[in-house]
Amino acid sequence: MEDSSSGPDSGQVHDSSRRKFLVNSGYVLGTLAVGGVISSLFGCAKDGEDNADSSAPADDNKEAAAPNYNRALMYFTQAQFRIVEAATERIFPEDESGPGAKKLGVAFFIDHQLAGDWGFNGRDYMNPPFFAGEKEQGYQGRLKRRELFDIGLRELDNYSQTTHGKGFAELEPDQQDAALKAFETEEVKLTTISAGSFFKMLRSATLEGVYSDPLYGGNLNMEGWRMRNYPGSQMSYLNIIEKDFTKIEPSSLQAHLASH
Amino acid sequence: MAKTLPKTDVVIVGVGWAGGIIASELTKSGLNVVGLERGKERKTEDYYMVHDELRYSMRYEMMQDLSKETITFRSNENIRALPMRQYGSFLLGDGLGGSGVHWNGQTYRFLPYDFQMRSMTTERYGKNKIPEGMTIRDWGITYDELEPYYDKFEKMAGISGEENPLGGKRSNPYPTPPMKKTPSMQMFAEATKKLNLNPYMMPAANLSENYTNPDGVARAACQYCGYCERYGCEYGAKADPVVTVIPVANKTGKFQIRTHSNVRRILHKGGKATGVMYIDVTTGEEIIQPADIVVVTSYVFNNVRLLLMSELGKPYDPASGQGVIGANYAYQVIKGSAVGFFEEKQFNNFAGAGSLGISIDDYNGDNFDHSNLNFLHGGVIALSQTGARPIQNNPVPSGTAAWGAEFKKKSLHYANRTLSIGAQGSSMAFKHHFLDLDPTYKDAFGDPLMRITFDFEDQDRELAKFLAERCSEIMKEMGASHVDYLKELGPYEIMTYQSTHNTGGVIMGAEPGTSAINNFSQMWDADNVFVVGASSFPQNAGYNPTGTVGALAYRAAEGILKYREKGGLLV
Repeated sequence: MEDSSSGPDSGQVHDSSRRKFLVNSGYVLGTLAVGGVISSLFGCAKDGEDNADSSAPADDNKEAAAPNYNRALMYFTQAQFRIVEAATERIFPEDESGPGAKKLGVAFFIDHQLAGDWGFNGRDYMNPPFFAGEKEQGYQGRLKRRELFDIGLRELDNYSQTTHGKGFAELEPDQQDAALKAFETEEVKLTTISAGSFFKMLRSATLEGVYSDPLYGGNLNMEGWRMRNYPGSQMSYLNIIEKDFTKIEPSSLQAHLASH
Repeated sequence: MAKTLPKTDVVIVGVGWAGGIIASELTKSGLNVVGLERGKERKTEDYYMVHDELRYSMRYEMMQDLSKETITFRSNENIRALPMRQYGSFLLGDGLGGSGVHWNGQTYRFLPYDFQMRSMTTERYGKNKIPEGMTIRDWGITYDELEPYYDKFEKMAGISGEENPLGGKRSNPYPTPPMKKTPSMQMFAEATKKLNLNPYMMPAANLSENYTNPDGVARAACQYCGYCERYGCEYGAKADPVVTVIPVANKTGKFQIRTHSNVRRILHKGGKATGVMYIDVTTGEEIIQPADIVVVTSYVFNNVRLLLMSELGKPYDPASGQGVIGANYAYQVIKGSAVGFFEEKQFNNFAGAGSLGISIDDYNGDNFDHSNLNFLHGGVIALSQTGARPIQNNPVPSGTAAWGAEFKKKSLHYANRTLSIGAQGSSMAFKHHFLDLDPTYKDAFGDPLMRITFDFEDQDRELAKFLAERCSEIMKEMGASHVDYLKELGPYEIMTYQSTHNTGGVIMGAEPGTSAINNFSQMWDADNVFVVGASSFPQNAGYNPTGTVGALAYRAAEGILKYREKGGLLV
């Protein structure tokens, strides 16, 4: 199977630092000839590193090429990862306002979360006895979130195979939407878990991945925040609190670390 | 066998607002006080990385670890109570300073009506106005009697605010001026004035300016960073026990705080407490701390649970209505609100402070005529700007898809174009709403969990509908292009966050039999035990509780000093 995580996504970080490099070194985009150099600068070439502009200082170039080491898997298999990437992209799709869940790294975020406390329900009360309760009493199952994901993803794939003869990740976007809808509305009946609850968990985890601090692996380059004009983590709003809407470039927790 | 330590004058169970205030007052008067806190030590430096919505809001960084202890819940006595396995309806504090560290800081005073609800309701509408099974009571103290203690709490915390035109009489103005007024708060002020209502700036523990309190504690002004509720304040601008009363107690050299110390029993003999038994959770060791006076200041649930597990006071029996410990559990009706969508305007919704807001009390307490209404009381209505953090705040007009292209488009569009007006509906006590020990589920030590039996009543459904309509009228007057508001209140459920203003279980009153404590928070059945907190509210008011809890703590401290001198019941 191909490793989807080494594709265009991993280019995002060094793309932006290369853009910065271009600006810093006085290049203006429009004046550059389209060719090997420009395509490699923007991550279009399959193997761009060898084509890099020879005039670029060696150190800058090395820094720009540093991969995002956060982008590897702690829990999902690659097959699961592909389903999560496809499903979260349908929940929060790319459009004219900006990137969707896939580019923002939401599937990596969910993978990393499932590997920790949250995936193990580490701070939830998981003691027996277990009884099916009234719906007002909330989740009463014995399965942990990582187990719910294992089952939910497998069932999503089974459903896609049954209805279209293909895995979920291979479906057309509108077919994926229909499958997700069938889970959301519990048109799909599962024996072990509730399809609707699984969808709800997937949806809320998607929003967490879009909007949490980039330190957790989603919200790549704070693009999630930028799309809705959320300034992230700022030390003070004293100067704008009495004013009308003010657009502020976002800042992340990394900046706080530097400022203290 | 348990290790027994030397006796102290006073032992305090839980070092949050109530415990911290009492520790500070008693040690200043020369008493030796031991504070037992089950959670960890906390300091301002913990919060350099605090602007983290995932960690603090979604993963409940500062809250009690439910894997060790939770509560169980059932809607009524006919169904099996099951554990709250994950957080939802309310959050439980933990650690030094307790919930007083991660609160919003909205510091209201209750209305005079709140303290004499039963008698004033009967006087105005006749006794038939109070429906069968509703067990609302007078507190055994009036607003005017409690006023000096409110004043003390406000001065200690540096509360920012302006006089509530419909509130009780004040002896002094707020110690600091109101917070800044944002454009949306300005719109609320204009709209409510047009509707002949009486807006006033929300009383705030966020500090509008630098302030030094009577104890000499200096704190800096709020920066409106938008991270209060569920977060600690990295500036110390938000009043909390760790930056106000606890250092004052520490400075006397008479306060000994022991964190990681989980109290399991109050020890007592012949109607008097002799001390407490606790576990050092870092070693598992069982320790006995003897004391002349025991002060119980954990949250509502653990105040009740500790008394029941210690077999101190008479447990409530819902069948006969006899007994008091666990009776009059009440909550809040928070869903009667309205959301307005503004096409033509954007706001700095991301900025704010926990108690940055503007309120009206025209529909609170008995400030309006209930003759033709099928409910009692009401609630404060407010527009607040607490900082709309992006994971939890994705408002879209009703009818919008919950996910996909349409959801993304609209949630981005409305992120800074939405305002909401909320109401904190009061909650009445009923005979069949109560707290007791769960027969099945246990905590990490093998002790029974607290069991809640509670549901919304007709009273709550009528109240929620009424308040939602009032909120929506104001929102329309503010010029919203579209307004969504609650049409019908469903059953109470434990999954959705509503309010951490749980009350009752150890209620205050004028005489034993129908109450557990007197108006100094002293137990009728054990005069050297004081139980302080929102557990003493006979029913819940339409406000945040902390201002009143603070006032009751100051009064309890005065009572403890009196008791220390002459002993016996103080009332």
